[in-house]
Amino acid sequence: MSSSNENTTSSSGSEQSDSRNDTLDFIEKLSDVPMGKLPPHIDFQRTRVDCKADAPIHTDTFQYSGAYASMGVDNSLLDSFSSNFRVEVIRLEKDEMEFDMIGIDPAIANAFRRILIAEVPTMAIERVLIANNTSVIQDEVLSHRLGLIPIKADPRLFEFTENNAANEKNTIVFGLKVRCEKQGKRKGPKREGQEQDGQTRITVKSKDLVWLPNGSNFALESEGSSSNSSSKPKTYTSFTCSQDSLPEFSSNPVGPTDGDITIARLGPGQEIELEALAVKGIGKTHAKWSPVAPAWYRMLPEVIILKDIEDELAEKLVATCPVKVFDIEDIGNGKKRATVARPRKCTLCRECIREGKGWEDSLSLRRVKDHFIFTIESTGVLPPEVLFTEAVKILQDKCERAITDLC
Amino acid sequence: MELGSLSDPTQSTFSLVDEDHTFANAIRFTLNQDPRTKFCGYSIPHPSDNRVNIRIQTTGDPAKDVFKDACQDLMVMCQHVSNTFNKAVVDFKLSNSVEGMDIESDS
Repeated sequence: MSSSNENTTSSSGSEQSDSRNDTLDFIEKLSDVPMGKLPPHIDFQRTRVDCKADAPIHTDTFQYSGAYASMGVDNSLLDSFSSNFRVEVIRLEKDEMEFDMIGIDPAIANAFRRILIAEVPTMAIERVLIANNTSVIQDEVLSHRLGLIPIKADPRLFEFTENNAANEKNTIVFGLKVRCEKQGKRKGPKREGQEQDGQTRITVKSKDLVWLPNGSNFALESEGSSSNSSSKPKTYTSFTCSQDSLPEFSSNPVGPTDGDITIARLGPGQEIELEALAVKGIGKTHAKWSPVAPAWYRMLPEVIILKDIEDELAEKLVATCPVKVFDIEDIGNGKKRATVARPRKCTLCRECIREGKGWEDSLSLRRVKDHFIFTIESTGVLPPEVLFTEAVKILQDKCERAITDLC
Repeated sequence: MELGSLSDPTQSTFSLVDEDHTFANAIRFTLNQDPRTKFCGYSIPHPSDNRVNIRIQTTGDPAKDVFKDACQDLMVMCQHVSNTFNKAVVDFKLSNSVEGMDIESDS
């Protein structure tokens, strides 16, 4: 040890550096010094979270590129990232998807998750012009309920309002006019199966919201009296053209993603007449703009049987696990052994190792640190796979912005 | 905005407006992966300020360059994630539609 210290500090001399190399060579050749490869226990700490009965250990990630430099191991992920990173789609439905993201650091995976929840823009109702509301639900509560309705309109086709007047590029207008007649008959757009004889109350649903592609029909009060009668009265929006004449909307009309969301209930004689203005926004401002409900990930569970668990113990283990991770296999002579059949289902409830030291010695519950089971539940505004690519794009834009800000 | 010293460009703090843990933690990761980084960390001075401070100290290169390279690295990573993800989705859709066709031809 002392000789190697001496050599590193002193200036280079041919014999000294030779002797230093000899020492190094000697150390590297020792059987218990694995060079270029991490010893198994360190590699285990690096790649796995070990869940003990009381608490998980090795929960940190090792991000520093030189963390294992003394062992001749490069800890940087960036070079190997392109060859090691993998995505496996497990489930892909209209509004929901599950996929495995393998070989990525939690910092990046979490950035995607946070962006999905708070920074992917959508359209949501932000202003409500109430002409008449005689229902029992107050104006502000009604407006809040309207705001939370997911609007099916591609947010990429719209601009942020940013103090501009409402125009066809940044606002979607919906009209709602429902009245419950004294006899219980319903006025307004007719719906199948809605009208029932003797009905005294009606439920206002999100499908009663009518898209107004030409903008608001409500005239501004101050302007209404002064403007000359020949021109159209000024309204709360200034649309230059009808939205449904635009090619992107003609094939895909705008509306709530789900028509069956209850907005209010009306008693006899009660009436709601309003216009709702939807604008583009992000979930950071208000959760109503969040496109996911929600997005989350978990690390891949790994269940390892260290010592064989047989017979009664095996049966006990299978019965203990609430998510049925274990199965029993027959090993002949009437003997049974526990096997890990569905490790992915493990929720790490640790019920199986709770009973004492013996169980902890024969069972090891782990999580793989760089394997994420990502689930995205979309509110229906955009398909989940599009949402994820949008989120990645947003992180990229952030980097770009940081670079341009520096120059 | 960069807050550094004129005499020593190898250490500075970058103050980013309208950013939070999302970007700062991701960039901290790519900075840590750069062998030129001696130290890096970030803090959010006040929770109601939309601001993060990212501190970088390097082994010799200007901190600004290292920070820029880290942003580039993160962008390359994002691009790769996006490509891999899209490919996986396309493959999944294809394999599923093939299975669907098989079921139809069987019946």
